Amino acid sequence: MLKPLLLVPLLPLAGFLLLVLGGRRWPRALVAVIGVGSAGLAALVASVVAGALFYMPEGQPREFTQTLWTWMSVGGFSPRIALHLDALSCVMMLVVAWVGFLILLYSAEFMADDDGYGRFFAYMDLFVASMLVLVLAGDLLLLYLGWEGVGLCSYLLIGFWYRDPANGRAARKAFIVTRVGDAAFAVGLALLFTQLGTSAIPEIAERATAQWAGGSTLATAAAALLLAGAVGKSAQLPLQVWLPDAMAGPTPTSALIHAATMVTAGVYLIARMNVLFALTPAVQLAVAIIGATTLLLASFAALVQTDIKRVLAYSTISQIGYMFLALGVGAWSAAIFHFMTHAFFKSLLFLGAGVVIMALHHEHDMRKMGGLRKELPGTFGAFLIGAASLAALPLVTAGFYSKDLILARVWMAPTGGLWLYLAGLAGALLTAVYAFRMVFLVFFGPLKEKPSRRPGVAIGIPLAVLATLSIVGGLIELPANLGGRPVLSGFLASALPPTAAEAIPAEGWLQAVAGLACIVGVWFAYLYFLRSPMLADRLAASAAGSALRRFWFSGWGFDWAYERLFIRPYVWIARVNKGDFIDAFYAAVAWAGRLAHTLLSQTQTGNVRWYAMGLAIGAVVFIALAVLL
Amino acid sequence: MTAIPMEHGLALAVALFVLGLVGVLARRNIVFMLMSIEIMLNAAGVAFVVAGARWGAADGQVMFFFILATAAAEVAVGLALVLQLYHRFHTVDADAASKMRG
Repeated sequence: MLKPLLLVPLLPLAGFLLLVLGGRRWPRALVAVIGVGSAGLAALVASVVAGALFYMPEGQPREFTQTLWTWMSVGGFSPRIALHLDALSCVMMLVVAWVGFLILLYSAEFMADDDGYGRFFAYMDLFVASMLVLVLAGDLLLLYLGWEGVGLCSYLLIGFWYRDPANGRAARKAFIVTRVGDAAFAVGLALLFTQLGTSAIPEIAERATAQWAGGSTLATAAAALLLAGAVGKSAQLPLQVWLPDAMAGPTPTSALIHAATMVTAGVYLIARMNVLFALTPAVQLAVAIIGATTLLLASFAALVQTDIKRVLAYSTISQIGYMFLALGVGAWSAAIFHFMTHAFFKSLLFLGAGVVIMALHHEHDMRKMGGLRKELPGTFGAFLIGAASLAALPLVTAGFYSKDLILARVWMAPTGGLWLYLAGLAGALLTAVYAFRMVFLVFFGPLKEKPSRRPGVAIGIPLAVLATLSIVGGLIELPANLGGRPVLSGFLASALPPTAAEAIPAEGWLQAVAGLACIVGVWFAYLYFLRSPMLADRLAASAAGSALRRFWFSGWGFDWAYERLFIRPYVWIARVNKGDFIDAFYAAVAWAGRLAHTLLSQTQTGNVRWYAMGLAIGAVVFIALAVLL
Repeated sequence: MTAIPMEHGLALAVALFVLGLVGVLARRNIVFMLMSIEIMLNAAGVAFVVAGARWGAADGQVMFFFILATAAAEVAVGLALVLQLYHRFHTVDADAASKMRG
């Protein structure tokens, strides 16, 4: 039952093509059926294929490659259009397809009043198709195609409401900043091909280990370039500036692209090329350090945001930081586990925030929200579960198990384990604070504005499903002292190198510390944002407090610094070179030509006798030359 | 009959040619310019005949027939142009037709 794999990316692509051709004219119901249905069918097919892979008989290799055709064949470079299914891409495919389907279902109601209904579903379907190509690609070049495809959809959807120039600006910013990483990725791809002579992913892994010694310069360069690509796409330091602005897009877009799937493409890329990163310990350590730094910086920035979607954006950056941290210490399956739970609870949070925003007439400012607990009870429950999972509330939430696994693995890491662990722990505390700050500000306190509308079924179902998954998603990977069910890591072991198999020492203590961090964070949020908000206000009003607040609010001033470091010098150079001094040479040639023309046209008197004179003189000169020389 | 030296014949040809050329350049009356061109053609013809006589070959005289034919054609076209010029400008002054000035 592995053969239908091809249909998984093909179905959403077909949906996209149909909607592009007819989405404008068809009634909304039909558009929704095509848009949501194609993703739903893809999710069903993906489940069938995944089941076949999971229950593969013992002894057979747990992978499946479907080669469709050779893309091109130029001088030994023959990338194939090939889908490669193994445990890693299978988990990614399932999450992408199902979360994508749920969010599309949600959009069917959420976007119901929008003029660009067909356009929205066309873009979303194209996104799902590109993302599935990305995760299923068996060739690095095909992966790159999907990678650029999701980037394009991200651009299109951030600027979806194109009538507001600010949205177009945010879209361009996202596109250009990720392009910096993508360029590095492309160079890395070329380097891998020229050195290893192949772009097929399994062969790259084989040849890299055979050809490159650990830590050799070329391997380090290739890994660093891929890391730069991953950093751009996954909004990690120093290319994280685009993600908060990307919230200009519709909320389902933010949930699907800028939280659950596309931004984790970098995590997937690093996990996919794990052999290369394992060869280069320096780069792998850089991955961990980037992750730890990013998660701390983004958590602090999330603490002071007022726009609910920007809190979630910084939280996404921070949670992907955790995944990078896990990848950096070689806890491959822990990173994928956290990717999965994060996809559930973060899309849940975004969808919940979308309901609130819609109910309050597109109000994004949390200071103007409040007391919605009684008004939107279902949304409140879902949002609370999402926030609890994000904050990693011990034992009951999926986020706890994945984050705890990462922290435990980081604790055991041979290099810099303690510092990275402390960063992760501090991040966990801050995560709890900002997650419950959101909950308290939006749903508790006095009612500030009555919601104008309540969500319907198409919004309710995705919220319920994602909330359930945010709770029970952790059950597929239970730590040894709490039941010990390593289903996911057992499955992933066929595709990813097993993490150090030895038991985690003092596992219970680590869990207790992580749980304590979460509870302290929640208590802190309760104290400062619910019980006595004036405490927070007084803190913000003090000189140091307000300066820090503004600094964090602007995302650690990265935009400010980039404005001065890159944008202004670039604009200055552009202005200086407005006259095109390189063109001066060509301008001179043109000027000389025009001068010669003026001079020569003087000789054209129109007088026949003058021409005859010219002929005579010319003949005399040439005869004289012929005679004399 | 003593043979005329080739140099004399060529000198005559050159003299005729220069006369014709000066005529073309100096006269403004287009009819006279045409006549001067005829003289230049005949100068070339004399040069051919003289050269043919010098080498004892008939080629020079054959070439002269070609020149005659060319001259006849030229006159035909030239007189047509003269008529057109007169028709348009009511003059036979060649300088009147100078609209092609760059």
